Amino acid sequence: MTKYIINRILGIIPTLLIIITLSFFIVRIAPGGPFATERNMPEVIKRNIEAKYHLNEPLIQQYGRYMFNVLRGDLGPSFKYKDYDVNYYIFTSLPKSIVLGLWAMAIALTFGMSAGIMAAVRQNSWVDYLSMGVAVIGISIPLFVIAPVLQLFFAMKHKWLPTSGWYTTGEGWKSVILPAVSLSFAYFADIARLTRSSMLETLRSDYIRTAKAKGMKSSTIIFKHAMKGAMLPVVSYLGPAFAGIITGSIVVEQIFRVPGLGKFFVQSSFNRDYTLIVGVVIVYSVILIIMNFIVDLVYAQLDPRITYK
Amino acid sequence: MSLKPNAKVVLEVRDLQTYFKTDAGIVKAVDGVSFKLHEGETLGIVGESGSGKSVTNLSVMRLIPSPPGKVVGGEAIFEDRDILSLSEKEMRSIRGAKISMIFQDPMTSLNPFLRISTQMVETIRLHNKELSRQEALERSIEMLRLVGIPSAEKRVRDYPHQFSGGMRQRVMIAMALSCNAKILVADEPTTALDVTIQAQILELIAKLSAKMGTAVILVTHDLGVVAGMCDHVCVMYAGKIVERAQTATLYAKPAHPYTEGLIKSVPRMDTSKKGERLYSIEGQPPNVIDLPPCCPFHPRCPKAMEVCRHAYPPLRDLGSGHEVSCWLYVDEKERVYE
Repeated sequence: MTKYIINRILGIIPTLLIIITLSFFIVRIAPGGPFATERNMPEVIKRNIEAKYHLNEPLIQQYGRYMFNVLRGDLGPSFKYKDYDVNYYIFTSLPKSIVLGLWAMAIALTFGMSAGIMAAVRQNSWVDYLSMGVAVIGISIPLFVIAPVLQLFFAMKHKWLPTSGWYTTGEGWKSVILPAVSLSFAYFADIARLTRSSMLETLRSDYIRTAKAKGMKSSTIIFKHAMKGAMLPVVSYLGPAFAGIITGSIVVEQIFRVPGLGKFFVQSSFNRDYTLIVGVVIVYSVILIIMNFIVDLVYAQLDPRITYK
Repeated sequence: MSLKPNAKVVLEVRDLQTYFKTDAGIVKAVDGVSFKLHEGETLGIVGESGSGKSVTNLSVMRLIPSPPGKVVGGEAIFEDRDILSLSEKEMRSIRGAKISMIFQDPMTSLNPFLRISTQMVETIRLHNKELSRQEALERSIEMLRLVGIPSAEKRVRDYPHQFSGGMRQRVMIAMALSCNAKILVADEPTTALDVTIQAQILELIAKLSAKMGTAVILVTHDLGVVAGMCDHVCVMYAGKIVERAQTATLYAKPAHPYTEGLIKSVPRMDTSKKGERLYSIEGQPPNVIDLPPCCPFHPRCPKAMEVCRHAYPPLRDLGSGHEVSCWLYVDEKERVYE
């Protein structure tokens, strides 16, 4: 097991190198560039800027320079924002996105799993219809509708919670609630539906019938006998979902003015901010790789039939 | 095989009816089944797939998935109570403790996520609250030894996937008998197993039930299994018991044409001639949705008469508990129908 973990961690390095290389070249293939504007720039200024960012060098030399810097932990200067470098932007915004993501995931997991389990246990009852109805709403109503409605009701009308901001600004942890709830909706829906269907399948299995034939209570059957098996699909969903929730929170971050990573994810591509794009891609990949790794470990913990060598 | 005369009745099922609601109509999976199970007896229930033999037992255990299934009539008397009308809580104290069950497929019947020890200890402690975890574990190991699991004290810590099919069925038996059940319901316990393992498992069930005084209901479609194991046999067809007798009587003088056909279709070492084709009953079992009043076997029956097409035959006693439900055994004068 220890050997497996070490191997997996070592395996991250070549994966990341390939991802960095691919994204380095792919963003440069895209038409336009960081300094392309509608106005014609005087030739001299253009050459000066390109020289400053080493854009006048052959591509392979730029790649070598970039890789060397990345390996030292320097993601380079931003092509768009002049004040700080990519490291600064990512590492000041990433923790906020992670905190928001963790809260949203915790909410989605707690309510999604409970709703899914209740819906499965009381299949075709009002509990089932209600939770699956809410789940369908969560999937079908876009975030930019849910979030303003929540703002309107909880912040504007009743003034229970602040409309926007972050826990570092003014109202403290209260400002995390609304963005986290809005962000959790879609994930709640997925988790609830996933839990319900896998729970239903597990409850119909032979070993649950055995547990019933042994005289077990249904609560024991659900939590001791069915839970582990029913959780497996949810666990494998969580890896990519978590990476997505951290980097994909752009809409929520905009609406609630959370200074997170999502903004850079979108704007860096519009700006052809080469270094920032690759920087954000690296962050996304690292989170995805780590989450998948954790999922695999949790999987082995849940299912004794899986062993890693 | 050693049934004492005047043995006490441990379970009496009277006129059990279990119906399933489906889109196509109401399926009368079990329709008026009655039988008695005596102390220490092994009762065989035989029939083709879909004849209602498993549903009968699941109904008695109250494990019919509902909806769509429902026990709509009848009673099952166990320890002077009708267990079909007990509350779910009372029923739970009977399941696994007094009536336990083993199933067809040992590969899927044990929880793959829990250790054997967990699954056995929880059963023992559920029905013997005074036992500590350690005592229950010791009892589990003892039971595993009894069913012939080598180095049981180590294997009890294993997960089901680390056992072979035959070994898993042994574990199931150990678990089922760990609370000294009065009745063991074995629902096709050897169907999913290798032929060589089948004999071992049956022998084990016979040995343990004799040792512990457990009455056994053995559900099977294998008449060879019945011959070696059972004291009495009920033959089921389309949700009804068509013939019941002591095993020896049934084999010597099968009364119902269906039983006759079943016995003829068992390959025999001694009397079959080389190269002879095995007998088989023509046709398929009937669809039990909206069955008209008739003998459900008549389309396949070589001895079918006009009356068979119009009314269900009443049960007739041919003496010494040999009962058959067939018009052949009803006086011609009484063969009336509307």
